[in-house]
Amino acid sequence: MTPFAYRRAGSVAEAIAAAEHGAAILAGGTNLLDLMKGDVVRPTQIVDIARVPGLRDIEFLPDGAVRIGALVRNSDLAHHETFAANFPAVAEALLSGASAQLRNAATVGGNLMQRTRCSYFYDRSSACNRRDPGAGCDARDGENRLHAVLGWSEHCIATHPSDFCVPLVAFDAVVEIAGGQGPREVALADFHLLPGATPQRETVLAPGELIVAVRLPAAGAGFAGHARYLKIRERTSYAFAVVSAAAALRFENGAIAAARIALGGVAAKPWRAPAAEAALVGRKPDPAAFAAAAGLALAGAQPSGDNEFKIELARRLVARALRVAAAGTPARPAALPGSVLDMGAAA
Amino acid sequence: MSHSISLRVNGETRAISVHDPRVTLLDLLRETLDLTGAKKGCDRGQCGACTVLVDGRRVNSCLILAVACDGADVLTVEGLAAGPALHPVQAAFVEHDALQCGFCTPGQIMSAVGLILEGRADDAERVREAMSGNLCRCGAYAGITQAVLAAQRQLAEARTGAAA
Repeated sequence: MTPFAYRRAGSVAEAIAAAEHGAAILAGGTNLLDLMKGDVVRPTQIVDIARVPGLRDIEFLPDGAVRIGALVRNSDLAHHETFAANFPAVAEALLSGASAQLRNAATVGGNLMQRTRCSYFYDRSSACNRRDPGAGCDARDGENRLHAVLGWSEHCIATHPSDFCVPLVAFDAVVEIAGGQGPREVALADFHLLPGATPQRETVLAPGELIVAVRLPAAGAGFAGHARYLKIRERTSYAFAVVSAAAALRFENGAIAAARIALGGVAAKPWRAPAAEAALVGRKPDPAAFAAAAGLALAGAQPSGDNEFKIELARRLVARALRVAAAGTPARPAALPGSVLDMGAAA
Repeated sequence: MSHSISLRVNGETRAISVHDPRVTLLDLLRETLDLTGAKKGCDRGQCGACTVLVDGRRVNSCLILAVACDGADVLTVEGLAAGPALHPVQAAFVEHDALQCGFCTPGQIMSAVGLILEGRADDAERVREAMSGNLCRCGAYAGITQAVLAAQRQLAEARTGAAA
């Protein structure tokens, strides 16, 4: 690990000032320290924001929205009773990610800022445009069965690894940002960038900006009775998604009044599927409707390597997520969050 | 630059100088405080052998900077037993043969203590899921699951008894 100077920020303003001078922001550290140990990133200054006041609250706003401070730990959010009751798919996604130890340390802001787990990005001896712009992409002709099938470019085929971000984007989450130029807000759907020719630009954050909160509008809670997150992994627990899907439905008179669908593990950002959502409105919750929606959700998908299977896998997972969402959110959270092995009769 | 921190470790408050901010909590425990119970397995947050409780919550000590822990309350496996009497989780691991080589055991035990404090894993499936951050190369998982459930029952009964 490259030597660095460490300082603790006492306020958001101090953190911004340090970040503007090139300091890396440390919160839970679960991803940053891992990257530093692998020499993937080599900050020479670190500003620790863990004790900055005001970033740890889960607030229910008068309009029904919920505002989640950037430093709220993953486990605290997932187990917050009112939050989990209103946004069960978000809680399920959080609990399907990482391990209990990591969820106790990892923060909401850090989850959005985590880097891809592409093994070529992690391996300093491999060419990676995301790590070293212009170096090339060894994943293109490498082990790429887990790489992107949507929104990728010749320059980068990495995926964003977050579970949490998938239902967040489905429920129109907004990212609250602080920076030297003042505060601003960005829809989570626009927060992460597709690689294009500049995969090193991963988010819209400018140098010196930091996430202070994530806000979920009230409308998302209207889906609480029929909201699930499903995740295909190579082992049942403690693994990143091969593909994942958040699905949420709202019914009126037995027909679907509104639908929310997003995918994980398929692109460099959490992938919302608005055409699939629109196609479900007015339909009965039957296999034909779900299959049609799943087809639309993967429209335009292209293999970036040995990963054509992910397209059909994702299609089937979306249909299945819609089916289990239609069956209803379980009264008690699943024993194996997000697992297709724990769907009971609905699966 | 050296950083002075204060840590409460297994009930004892210590003033410590951290000479290099790269030192993790795990390295501080093992190399400076001679508490070698927490193990360095992968050193990347993947195996759980370094699990300790910080302010009552189980975490991977390999992914926390020691300097960031100023003021924290740390519990390691060395702080569990009351004198010669094993902690109920330790006793249950012995009773249920929940180990073979023992390398992962301090992390498994601290993770189990954290899990029981969380109070949400009340059946074998949920225990397995909640313990997935602790790998055991010897594959003692069946015994570990039994030990965690047994210790959890015993601690719950002890609480009920104390309240009665």
